[in-house]
Amino acid sequence: MKYLNDTAVMKRMNLRLKMNKVWKAIFIVATTFALITLLILLVRIFSQGLSHLNLNFLSNFASRVPEKAGIKAALIGSLWLMAVVAPVSILLGVSSAIYLEEYAKKNRFNDFIRINISNLAGVPSIVFGLLGLTIFVRMLDLGKSILAAGFTMSLLILPIIIVSAQEAIRAVPQEQREASYGMGATKWQTIVKVVLPAAIPGILTGSILALSRAIGETAPLVVIGIPVILQFLPENLLSTFTALPMQIFDWAKRPQEEFQYVAAAGIIVLMTLLVFMNSIAIYIRNKFQKRY
Amino acid sequence: MAGKASEQSIQQMIAKSRARKGKKIIEKTMPKLLFIAAALSVLTTFGIVFTLIFETFEFFQRVSITDYLFGTEWLPFSGKEPLYGILPLVFGTLKVTGIAVLVAVPFGLGAAIYLSEYASDKTRRIVKPILEVLAGVPTIVYGFFALTFVTPILQQLIPSLKIFNALSPGIVVGIMVLPMIASLSEDAMSSVPNSIREGALGLGATKFEVAIKVVLPAALSGIIASVVLAISRAIGETMIVSLAGGSTPKFDFAVTDSIQTMTAYIVQVSTGDAGYGTTIYYSIYAVGFTLFIFTLIMNLLAQYISKRFREEY
Repeated sequence: MKYLNDTAVMKRMNLRLKMNKVWKAIFIVATTFALITLLILLVRIFSQGLSHLNLNFLSNFASRVPEKAGIKAALIGSLWLMAVVAPVSILLGVSSAIYLEEYAKKNRFNDFIRINISNLAGVPSIVFGLLGLTIFVRMLDLGKSILAAGFTMSLLILPIIIVSAQEAIRAVPQEQREASYGMGATKWQTIVKVVLPAAIPGILTGSILALSRAIGETAPLVVIGIPVILQFLPENLLSTFTALPMQIFDWAKRPQEEFQYVAAAGIIVLMTLLVFMNSIAIYIRNKFQKRY
Repeated sequence: MAGKASEQSIQQMIAKSRARKGKKIIEKTMPKLLFIAAALSVLTTFGIVFTLIFETFEFFQRVSITDYLFGTEWLPFSGKEPLYGILPLVFGTLKVTGIAVLVAVPFGLGAAIYLSEYASDKTRRIVKPILEVLAGVPTIVYGFFALTFVTPILQQLIPSLKIFNALSPGIVVGIMVLPMIASLSEDAMSSVPNSIREGALGLGATKFEVAIKVVLPAALSGIIASVVLAISRAIGETMIVSLAGGSTPKFDFAVTDSIQTMTAYIVQVSTGDAGYGTTIYYSIYAVGFTLFIFTLIMNLLAQYISKRFREEY
């Protein structure tokens, strides 16, 4: 007596195995779609921009004539902006992280701070622009300056820095702290001399990634009202300035086709800066990575 | 001699106790300074909420709130009788977000399933960082890509497509949020324990069946949360839509025409010269507030889903 219909079972099994193969192919296609898009994006921008990218492009100011348009003011402006954003955001971010990891007791207010930080990370960057416009540009009367834009950007990337610094501090094993206390060190001495040195690679990696986000961010600068066609370099922190993404935005908007190449050249400069910062972050992560 | 020695030691003791006092001051003040830094994030949130509320309130002194919420025409620049109905801007935003979701969810989930269920460790270690690169590309670059590459290609396929439309920025926003869905969903699926997979495989299931019938349902909360977060990101995206979407707020479902989103409107006003104190100036806060509410709801929803429905193993 036969309970199983062999041919039917075989048929069904083959079908299921075939389905598995077909879907695997579909999933691979979905994955490669993303990778191919990235490839097309890079190839396209390099093929458009390379012809325009030369030393003149780096040393010229903005111009209405595409051939003469350069990126000097924007490049220097972006560096100035980073000179404000880096110390402000890292100092505030690391301080917050130390407080939350080392001092904060479990109570409602500290919980509120934690929830608040994760919500702040989800606020669109353009809303931070509105905040910067109202508080820094108008209320504190900083104008459309490096300082106003720098403070706005710092607040924008603060949640990212706090979270990555928290993770780095949490990764320092408890035994090291206890050993330090056992030697008679106080809490603050332990934090400064034991916890922070161990956490610095992680903190730096997260901070550089956050800063590279800030360097490409455009929307807050647009809302603050940062101008684009500048023929001079900033002199101090209260100077008007322009930044790389603003300059690219302005070029990309222009109807003349030649400005597309100028915009692409600007994008190459921006992306090169990003790749440079990211490789520093990866280098730090690989060089100082410790496993306890 | 003996007296001098004791004198010295007393001096040392005084010096020591002074140092200890200094230490004590540091020990007591540092936590307070650190607390101020941490509280700054709360202040930032209050700052955002209060500026938005105050300026929006000023806006509603001039424009009726019902006209704003239910008006179907957004014509702030029409000299004599400007109209402030938010619905066209909301529709523009939703069109772009909808298209972005249609692109990002299938491709993102496909990539997540491939990476967590099929790919070898080596492939995963190469592909995941590349996806992260995609997430790190500045949105202004994506905007440029949408305007100069995706739109012309789409115009070949759909001749009636305008230069500024909802389709092209929608697709590119989808590509932008794809890594987020892929990466977060992959994390959720990877945290499903192997014993469950092996149980299903042992019963004779194929890899595909394991992925769809076992792993996917188990990781569903994480996957839904990633999609909701991606939607929130798409709603708040600015530079892609202001470069490739156009500036024609429309209250309809057409995706081939020029549109305007909430974020693109704020950019349009910011780059123009609406004077401080005009109704148009206040309108960007009202629109910003509306945007803030939309994204806040999405973010809270994502947090709620991932907490409430987290599967514990």
